[in-house]
Amino acid sequence: MRKINTALIEQKVYEMALKAGVNLTPACKAALLKARDSESREATKFALETLIENSETAAKENMPVCQDTGMSVVYLEIGQDVFLEGKLLFKAVNDGVRRAYADGYFRKSVCDPLTRRNTGDNTPAVIHTEIVAGDKINITYMPKGFGSENMSRLFMLKPAQGIEGAIEAVVETVKLAGSRPCPPVYVGVGIGGTFDTCAWLAKKALMRDVGEPNGNPAVAEIEKLALRKINGLDIGCQGFHGKTTALGVACEVAPTHIAGLPVAVNIQCHCVRCVKEVL
Amino acid sequence: MKKLTLPLSKEQIKDLHAGDSVLLSGVILTARDCAHKRIFEHLDNATPLPFELKDAYIYYAGPCPAKPDKASGSCGPTTSARMDSFAPRLLNCGLGGIIGKGEMSENVREALKANTSLYFAAIGGAGALYGNAIKKSECIAFPELLSEAVHRLEVENFPVIVAYDCHGGSIY
Repeated sequence: MRKINTALIEQKVYEMALKAGVNLTPACKAALLKARDSESREATKFALETLIENSETAAKENMPVCQDTGMSVVYLEIGQDVFLEGKLLFKAVNDGVRRAYADGYFRKSVCDPLTRRNTGDNTPAVIHTEIVAGDKINITYMPKGFGSENMSRLFMLKPAQGIEGAIEAVVETVKLAGSRPCPPVYVGVGIGGTFDTCAWLAKKALMRDVGEPNGNPAVAEIEKLALRKINGLDIGCQGFHGKTTALGVACEVAPTHIAGLPVAVNIQCHCVRCVKEVL
Repeated sequence: MKKLTLPLSKEQIKDLHAGDSVLLSGVILTARDCAHKRIFEHLDNATPLPFELKDAYIYYAGPCPAKPDKASGSCGPTTSARMDSFAPRLLNCGLGGIIGKGEMSENVREALKANTSLYFAAIGGAGALYGNAIKKSECIAFPELLSEAVHRLEVENFPVIVAYDCHGGSIY
């Protein structure tokens, strides 16, 4: 058994949130550079150039890369040999988020869904925990913007619709979103599980680096096919048309019921911000 | 790239076409979801607004807080489509134009044509660059809405692309 004080988790979350708010992931930056180099349309190229310059300015001046510093999604994989001591785990995570959003001059974007009153400190964070083997804690911190989150969809397909139907649902979601979610997008797909688990799979897929395929070749094939179809839509950066409508498609699967085929499509904008640490 | 100072004359607006790149300077006002609801309450109740709509340019944005050495924090555009139901009435009140990102509804395009106004697309996600193009920022209405309050921004060389022109043209 290994003892970990939750104060350490709070500090880690604080540092990760500050880093995530101002930096694109290196894989996302590389994908944007590749998109720019393949684009010939003037407005589209201009938009991609602007985004690349913006990411460099943000990193250099320590400014949020996008003003939508998002809802904080925190995924904790906790080794079952870990003993947590100190303040409550969720309080520690939220305290870390609260301090980071104040010290980083990040926008506080969380509000009550009914009164729309802002909570004022970007808490509560969306916290997912899983118990895994070992005595370590893997922390993934991802701020999620809502221009793209709003374009996400969930389908309860019939088993007869199969893989083809699932890919169709993914492509249709990106097509309907059009220019609104800040394309080129990163598309997280969850297939299987129940209504709720497939949405979580789609979110978890977005935590994978842009361009890194699923380890299961059958799933990687779905990612490849969907990406090819999406990039044939001619939406392009900002909706100004072009070859790159998505930077990548990441798919996760889980066993489901014999009567169903849940498919969740979680849209992430081109501003992919995700930081991972191990404690 | 064309450099223009706001507000634009009707002649200048007619000269602009979808796809044109422009560097804007002058005054723009931020307003997004909650601020629009509040503006509409004022219009519905015929109570005076704390700012003029005539010839104003509304920027769909909610900035990050400014660091002590800056006029503004990061301040890129938010999704314009959420303001589809608000924009036509404000354009009919004499708004000069709107700035945001992404497609808007057919009703908005009609209102832009009818009022000889423009919809400029800012580059969504370029928050730091837009923040740096803001030279002065002041909250002029609904401060309780925090980042959703109306801010009066003085901008310099603020890069945008004409998304919908007043002739019915569209970049999308």
